[in-house]
Amino acid sequence: MLGSTLVTPQTGPEGTRVNKVLLEQGVNIARELYAGIAFDRGSRMDAFMVSTEGGVEIEKVAAETPEKIHKQFIDPVMGMHPWQARALAFALQLGPVATKAAIKVFLALYEAYRARDASLAEINPLVVTTAGEVIALDAKMNFDDNALFRQQEVAAMRDPLEEDPLEREANEFGLNYIKLNGNVGCMVNGAGLAMATMDIIKQAGGEPANFLDVGGGANVETVGNGFRIITKDPNVGAVLINIFGGIVRCDRVARGVVDAIGAAGISVPVVVRLQGTNAEQGREIIQQAKLGFIWADSFREAAEKAVAAAKGGSE
Amino acid sequence: MSILVNKDTRLLVQGITGGEGSFHTKQMLEYGTNVVAGVTPGRGGQKFEDRVPVFDTVREAVEQTGANAAVVFVPAAFAADAVLEAAESEIALVICITEGVPVMDMVKVSRYLQGRATHLIGPNCPGIISPGACKIGIMPGFIHKEGRVGVVSRSGTLTYEAVWQLTERGIGQSTCIGIGGDPVVGTTHLDALKLFNDDPDTGAVLLIGEIGGMAEEEAAAFARDEMDKPVAAFIAGRTAPPGRRMGHAGAIISGGVGTAQSKIEYLRGCGVAVAESPAEIGATVQSILK
Repeated sequence: MLGSTLVTPQTGPEGTRVNKVLLEQGVNIARELYAGIAFDRGSRMDAFMVSTEGGVEIEKVAAETPEKIHKQFIDPVMGMHPWQARALAFALQLGPVATKAAIKVFLALYEAYRARDASLAEINPLVVTTAGEVIALDAKMNFDDNALFRQQEVAAMRDPLEEDPLEREANEFGLNYIKLNGNVGCMVNGAGLAMATMDIIKQAGGEPANFLDVGGGANVETVGNGFRIITKDPNVGAVLINIFGGIVRCDRVARGVVDAIGAAGISVPVVVRLQGTNAEQGREIIQQAKLGFIWADSFREAAEKAVAAAKGGSE
Repeated sequence: MSILVNKDTRLLVQGITGGEGSFHTKQMLEYGTNVVAGVTPGRGGQKFEDRVPVFDTVREAVEQTGANAAVVFVPAAFAADAVLEAAESEIALVICITEGVPVMDMVKVSRYLQGRATHLIGPNCPGIISPGACKIGIMPGFIHKEGRVGVVSRSGTLTYEAVWQLTERGIGQSTCIGIGGDPVVGTTHLDALKLFNDDPDTGAVLLIGEIGGMAEEEAAAFARDEMDKPVAAFIAGRTAPPGRRMGHAGAIISGGVGTAQSKIEYLRGCGVAVAESPAEIGATVQSILK
């Protein structure tokens, strides 16, 4: 199994390489349950969910047989009350021995979830053995990235081998990069504008190759690093740079683009759109550089030019 | 007029001597914001730029300057504490610009603020501006224009883009609020719509949302049931893959909830004019103005 490619509903069709295997002692399973905690944004509470339908996808259970999911909302400031753990355990109708064990597991799971700044803690399946023991056979936890500074143990568990190499590299430069499957690379300042740029590329008939937020302020260094990472993706046929200059001025961003990208030589067509503070000076710098940058005035024009350029390159 | 901030706003800057805090305080002063005090523990008695007195505690600053709004520029690990200190001094409005505040910290803060007089905006937001009167935050002032459209958004630069589209068309803004991209924020889209609905100087509202959560839907239901002012919207993230956090901690589609498509359909069902493309935000707002 080690070194092979595993395909499951969680990995997506491309699968993922198996680098580690966890061996566990076999148990005699009487019942398979589900137990999970996730932060509920609407109520700003932790939703603790249990179900008799363990071992299957919980979203499916929630959609098809919602009556089989029992919930308690926990105020994170108060913590989980013992009565809430009892209510969940009794709802599962486990019999006296396993009920007692399940209450302990639920309270401990909540404690682990809260103490580690988790955003999700899920045991699926949580099994009841023929002897009435309650055992976690699998578990998944997600953590609040913003809290990692005070969760050193969790941060130390990060395994770079499990991350996309380009995303890992971007992370080291402090850039927010997510690889996608299209051919139009994009470099944008700000997460919302980056998402909107991906959207408009799609509307112009193309597919974005990535999400990349270089941060509210964009400078020579971030622009250079971002460009290197985008163009390492072999699918990228053109790059769209869309920067809204607020506090960071467009003429400085333009200098950054010319210095960082122009100097290295342009390997794919690069469409540049700068808007906001000193946009006009920015345009002059880009155009006077005579390095082959394609200038766009409007948001839509930028997307259309980038999509066309990417198509031209691949034909 | 406007909501939450105006000419009478007396601003206190928490973290005024830090890199971000000092830079943006200068920008705010330049815009004409009445910055009356700064707080940096250990720097009490100094003067910022020879004009703004610096205090060790928020309490002292409020007592001596009558500050009625505070903006927080302190690092993420201490941001929640700074908000609590401001709330404890009964400052009416606190804007937290800081990015990267743990969710649990914000849950505690929001619980603490329940039933108190303090209104929180943020964290992880660009701030709030009533064009021509008061700018609190990090947005570029010059892209705005005085007028009657209220703008509320989870995003920073996308809001600038949208505001710029309005200003270029000659459409001014009453107040623009960046509520922030985190899962737990002090002011929601719904809160902002309520404030805009009660503001006689706001004639229409532009709502800019993104994938994740149900906040845009809650706001749209209010627009349908309670508002007589027209609302336009744009939702970013149609092409965002599920399960991936798109920069903002709150911008994630999880368990099938919070897709752009489901939000757009819900908003349209509530009578909100949703822009198809981010290039059409200005045109969409124009279409709802009478």
